[in-house]
Formats: sequence, structure tokens, C-alpha cells
Amino acid sequence: MTRRERIPASVPAVRRGDALDVADLPSYGFAHRSLMWWGNAGMMAIEGVAFGFMIVIYFYLQSLSLQWPDAGKPADLLFGNINLALILASAIPNYLAGRAALDRDTRRVRRWLYVCSIIGIALCVVRWYEFTALNVRWDDGAYGSTIWVLLGLHTFNLVTDVADTMVLTAVTYSKPVEGKRFVDIAENCGYWYFIVLTWLPIYVVVYWAARF
Amino acid sequence: MLRLGLGMIAGQYRARPRREAATRMLRDGDGAGSESARALERTWSDARGIVGFLSANDHKTTGLRFVVTALLFFGAAGVMGGLMRHQLALPEQHVVGPDLYDQLFSMHGTTMMFLFAVPVMQGFALYVVPLMIGTRNTAFPRMSACAFWLYLFGGALFYGAFFTNTGADAGWFEYVPLAGPQYGIGKRADFWNMLVTYSEATGLMVAVDLATTILKMRAPGMSLRRMPLFAWASLVTSIMIIFAMPMVMLAANLVQFDRMLGTHFFNPSEGGDALLWQHLFWFFGHPEVYFIFIPGLGFLSSIIPTFARRPMFGHDAIVLSLITTGFLAFGLWVHHMFATNVPELGKSFFTAMSFMIAIPTAIQIFCWIATIGAGRLVMRAPLLFVFGFFFVLVIGGLTGVMLGSVPLDLQVHDTYFVVAHLHYVLLGGAVFPLFAAIYYWFPKLSGRVLNERLGRWQFWLFFIGVNLTFFPLHLLGLEGMPRRVYTYGAETGWGTWSFVSAVGQVINDLSMLLFVINIGYSLVKGARAGNDPWGAGTLEWSVASPPPACNFYALPVVSSRYPLWSPPGDVTHVRGLSAEIREALVTTVLDARPDTRYAYPNPEIWSFVAALAVTVWLVWSVWSVPGFAYGLIPPAIAFIAWYWPNKKEAAEEVSWETEP
Repeated sequence: MTRRERIPASVPAVRRGDALDVADLPSYGFAHRSLMWWGNAGMMAIEGVAFGFMIVIYFYLQSLSLQWPDAGKPADLLFGNINLALILASAIPNYLAGRAALDRDTRRVRRWLYVCSIIGIALCVVRWYEFTALNVRWDDGAYGSTIWVLLGLHTFNLVTDVADTMVLTAVTYSKPVEGKRFVDIAENCGYWYFIVLTWLPIYVVVYWAARF
Repeated sequence: MLRLGLGMIAGQYRARPRREAATRMLRDGDGAGSESARALERTWSDARGIVGFLSANDHKTTGLRFVVTALLFFGAAGVMGGLMRHQLALPEQHVVGPDLYDQLFSMHGTTMMFLFAVPVMQGFALYVVPLMIGTRNTAFPRMSACAFWLYLFGGALFYGAFFTNTGADAGWFEYVPLAGPQYGIGKRADFWNMLVTYSEATGLMVAVDLATTILKMRAPGMSLRRMPLFAWASLVTSIMIIFAMPMVMLAANLVQFDRMLGTHFFNPSEGGDALLWQHLFWFFGHPEVYFIFIPGLGFLSSIIPTFARRPMFGHDAIVLSLITTGFLAFGLWVHHMFATNVPELGKSFFTAMSFMIAIPTAIQIFCWIATIGAGRLVMRAPLLFVFGFFFVLVIGGLTGVMLGSVPLDLQVHDTYFVVAHLHYVLLGGAVFPLFAAIYYWFPKLSGRVLNERLGRWQFWLFFIGVNLTFFPLHLLGLEGMPRRVYTYGAETGWGTWSFVSAVGQVINDLSMLLFVINIGYSLVKGARAGNDPWGAGTLEWSVASPPPACNFYALPVVSSRYPLWSPPGDVTHVRGLSAEIREALVTTVLDARPDTRYAYPNPEIWSFVAALAVTVWLVWSVWSVPGFAYGLIPPAIAFIAWYWPNKKEAAEEVSWETEP
């Protein structure tokens, strides 16, 4: 079944006399039918703008400098590559958790949220080591400042979403679980894709842009 | 075994909803005076008492709080403007010293832009838009309530700092290096950075709330083509805010990092660039002008058809113009930087863009003129302010076109000509429409009409005062008087026009005094408004003034752009939403077909507590580097507690929910 088919269409409202009866409409909906999806899209746009402009700042300052990196040397690749592999892999349990949420299957949701949380914590640990392998301090020069803040912005979002994932895992134990919590879980999975996708350009900038 | 147990529990909660609870529930749709209407009123009223006050999340309450607070900040900034004009009225005066003068113009500009103009427009939209599009609350009312508290705390801290000699002093755009670690003394620039973080977080939260509300919660039948123009203006503004405000938040934080952590973004000796700040700031700053101006355009497009007694001429053209303005506004920022070393080709491009944005504004003005010309005009106070807008904004727009060309801009850069231009644009584009809007919607939110005679006096005083205050500044600018000087010598010859300008300011003050008197008088003695004192055509006028807590006893079904001016269709209203819990109707984006119901959580105090916790973080981070990290813990706890499900509420919800 495709994702589109998993999101059922509306039960139409029924006309009764001069009124439109909406009593039988669903009390929540997934994906773009839910208000949460729109709110989440707004938040992703906001953070996406911040990420995008941090990257613009990087290339702007690079274009003005005679030597880049202006201090230190390019970051070591090892931990960045581990993070890249892990974060790409995390998309799979994330997809499965999202699908389980669409099915409103608490057991499967919980299982995959655990996997997501564990990978998320691992990512945070690897991220710590990434900071130690940047080969530059934030106060060494403009290059150092830029990549520290770029990595820091992504880390802020990473940590927030890992915390969200753990809170949502815990919420599945608070009985009863309302349908709308599954919408929240599905939206959290959507947000995780944002973390994964934004990491790709940020990874390239932090680890590769200074090597060419 | 454990697995089996968990599976059973999980299975249990996948059970189909118990429909009998749902069918027992009292449903809306019977209109005023019915049992369901009384139940709706109980359900949607916010609790009394201090906890109720802090937990309130009705969009009308939040919107009104924004508007009133923003008007208080407007007053404070006005007083500072008055002090400056008083100081400059005669040469060589020492009413205030240079240091306080620096703080005055910085606080004045920052307050007007960040604490008045944007919040007042968003507050108005929060109040009016749900009524106008036929829903009972915004999509995320608790987020907007939280935004209000953040705004209030941010503004209070900013003013607290000012009163303890720590007011921002590097202009409203806080250029580096003046605001950087080397020259920005004490904590003054830090408070500016903090205020920007607060006010932009506020603006972004409200923008997401409004955009979602407008796209997903319109009354059935209100397709995008039937959506009122003010809702369009709010939507365009909200989307612009989402793409512009993160920029200045980021930039303010980068300066803060330079100041606190020793980063070098704006430090040329370590590979940074001072001009980077100007790019970042104006990439936000120019759209900022338009998200103050576009809601003003929305006000006019609501008011003009009402007083011209006919639908808006060129409705579609106006919508397209609003959207075009929204896009073009992002391509103008370098025209604030013509005096820097940006490439000449770039300057030509930005000159062309600056001229181009006049086109969509002109289209709207022609549409309004056509509407006025083809209508039967009813001359009332709101319309007077609309005419004031035409006059003042057109002058501001013309000097804008002049400043858009590089040679002229270089000549008058940093002189009073620019001050004159920006005041004409902002007063014409935002404050005149705002007063028009206050006169227009005051009956809706108070139940009483503002006094017409006092309104006319206020208008004429304000119109004369504004022109007398700001027109001479053009001449002073052409004579070479620079901005931001705290005094000048008599030999410059700037004294006469400066004195005229100060007289104009006094007339403005009188006008504002009349406004306050009018509000106070009309709240007590004003004529009763009834539902629709102006005979307007949009939905907010179909309900009582002030509106009931639930806005509509039965949500309307819409079949035209001006539902109150058209004969009702076959289907007039919605029924079947709960009257016992706060429930709203979610519709589709393009056609507004009913799609799902949506239950709001009960009002809780957490939005207030979370704003308080964020305040602790921001204040802590101004004084301590570790505070930047540890300070995140209280907001994290507050937000999790806010989200955490209430077992009783959840059990009730499960008993009536219907799966998609």
C-alpha cells in the first residue's frame, strides 16, 4: 500500500436541511489533513532558513578570505562519516515508526521509537566527538566561528528531536493513548527526515568545502 | 509473557471508539438562545481568577492583549520621539545629553519596529481573522498565548534595562562594530540582541499560528477565491515573517556570540566582515517594512468596500499584488547599503527592484480609487484615516523612488531626508491604516462605536501634525542635517525647520490625547454598536459585538465573498460539532471542504510557565556562558510538562474520537 492510500480520504459532511452535518467526520487526520503537519512545516521552514543562511555566511566569508581555513586545518573526516552513515541509517526505523503510527499500532510504534531513540543518542555521542575533531576553535578566526555555529545549530535541532522522540516513546505508556498522539508521532518522524536531509549539505560544508 | 501483556494492552487501545459516548454528546448548530448555545458559551469561556487569566488562550483575549500592549509601547516610543524633537527644537540645547540621546533614538526605533508595529498587526490579525473566516479559535492558541507572554517579558526587560542606563544605543539596526565587542560597552547591545530574539520568536510563533489557521480553518465554502482580503494580507505577511525573521534572530545571536564567546563573524582582522551584518540585517529589515505595510493594505481593503457600499473592484488583482509585493520585498535589501562597497552592477539591480515594487502597490491604489469612485461614499472616521493614508503614503512612496536611485541616495544618505521618508512610509503605510482599523473594528470588540466628532478632530490634528513634523525633515536633509546628532550650532540654519517640526510633534501629542479620551469616553458612553454598525459584508459582522466566547453558535457556510451582502445559499450553517468540548472544524486548503473535526486541549497555565522559563534562559545567557547551555533545562521541562497528556482528558477524548 502506498503512503497516499494509507491516508484515507474524508468522510464527506452530510447535508441535513439547511445545515451541513459534520458530526461523523473523523476527529483527527494524518499528514496534511492535520493542523500539526502545517505547524511543523512552518517550523521546518524557519529552521531551514537559518541553516541555509549559515551556509551562505560560510561561503560569503570564504569568498572574502585569502586563505581558507584561515586558522587550523580542515576537520577530520572519521566522526563526520560515522555520523553521516548513522543518520542515513536512522531514516529506516524512522520510516517504520511513522508507518506504525499511521496504523495506530502502539506496539510497533513503541518498538521503532526505541530504535530511533537509541540511534539518536548514539548520534549525539558521535556529534560530541565531531566537535573535538574540527581542528579549530570557535574563537580562532571566522572559519572556526562559522563551522562551530553551523554544526551547533544542527546539534541543537538534533538534540531537541531526540528528546522529543524519547518523550513520545514515554507518552505511549500514558494510558489511554488518544488518536491524535499518533499524529504527533507521525509528525515527529516527518521532522526527523528534516534533520537527516539538512545534515547532507551541512556535512558537505563542514567537512569538504574547506578541502577544495 | 511481558510481550504478550504489552500486546494485549496495545490491542485494547486500538479498539474502535465507543460511539455511544459520542452520540450522547450535545452538538452545536441550533443558533443563539438554544441549549447548545448556552453549552458552547460555558465551554469556550476562559476561567476567571488569576490562574484563568494566565491560562487564557481565546484568540480574542490574546489578540487584544497584543494590541493593547503594543499601543502602550507605541506611547512610550512616542514620548521618546517627542523628547528628541524637544531637544532639537532650538540649537545648542541640553535637555538630554549625547549618551541619553543615543539611547533615545535607538529605543524609539527598536520599540516602534519590534515592539509596536509587528505585534500590533499580528494582534489585530489574531483577533479579527478567525471571526472573518468563520472559526472558533486559531489553530495553535496556546502557542500564541505563549508568544504574548514572551513578548511582554521581552519588552519589560528591554525597558527595565533602559531605566537602569542599559538602553540600546547603537541605532535600531545596531550596526557592528559599534554594537560589537570592541565598541559596544556594558550590556546595552546584549539587551538589544535579547529583545530581538524574544520579539522575533514571538512573531514567528504567531505567524505559524495564523498561516495554519487561514489555510486550514476557513468556514466551509470559503474557497481561496472567496477569502476576505484582510485574511489574504495576513497570510502573505505570515509567510513573509516565516522566511525573514529567522534571519535577524540568527544575526543577533551571531553578534551575541562575537560579544560573549569570542567568535569573529564581524571582526575583519580575523577573517570576519562588518558588512556581513548589514546584509543579514537588511535581508530581514526590508521585508520587515512590508510586513508592517501589507496588513495595513489589508485593513484598507476591508474598510474601503464597506464605506463605498460595493464589493472591491479588482479583488483578484489585489490578491496577486499582495503576493507579488511579498516576493519582491525580499529583493530590495541592498538599497539600504548603497553607500557601501557593494558592486555597481548589484546596485543597478536593486535600484530596478526598488522601482518595480511600486507597481503592485500602485495597482492596489488604483483598485481602491476605482472602488471609491464607483461606490456611494459614506464619510466616517475610518474612511478619513484611509484618505490620510493615500496622501501620506504617496509622498513617502515618491521619496522612496527617489532614494531608490543610487546617485540621489548617496547625496542624502544618513541625513534627515531618510528620516522623513521612513516616517512618511511607516506612518502613512501602517499608522494611518491602523487608526482606520481601530475606528472600524472597535465597535466589534467593545460593543460601542467610537465618538465620530472626537475621531474627526483626532484625524485632522494627526494629519496636520504628521505633515508638520516630518515634511520639514526633507528640507533639513537636503540642507545636509545628519541623522542622530543630539544638537547643532545656530550657524547651520537648521533651527527654523527643526522648531516647526517640534510644533508638529506637539500637535501629534494632542491628537493622541484625544484618541485616549475617545477610547475612554466611548467605552462608557459610546453609542451601542449592534452586530453590524457599518453595514459591512464580511463574517465578523454577523455575530454580536463583542462576540460570544465561541464566536459563532453555528459555524457559517459561505457562498460568496461578502456573505452578509448576498442572499443565503441553500445550506447556511454547520451543525454537529461538540458543544461540550472545544471543537473546531478543519477544512481543505483550496476549497474549504469540511475534512476533520479538531479538539483543543483545555486551557492550561503551561504556556505562561514556558514563557517564564524561556525568559530565565535568555536572561541567564546574557550574563553567563554556561547559562546558555544550562539555561535550556527549565524551558525543556516546561515544554515537556506542557505536552504531557492529562489522563482524564485523554480518557474522555478516546471515548468520543472517530478514526479517519
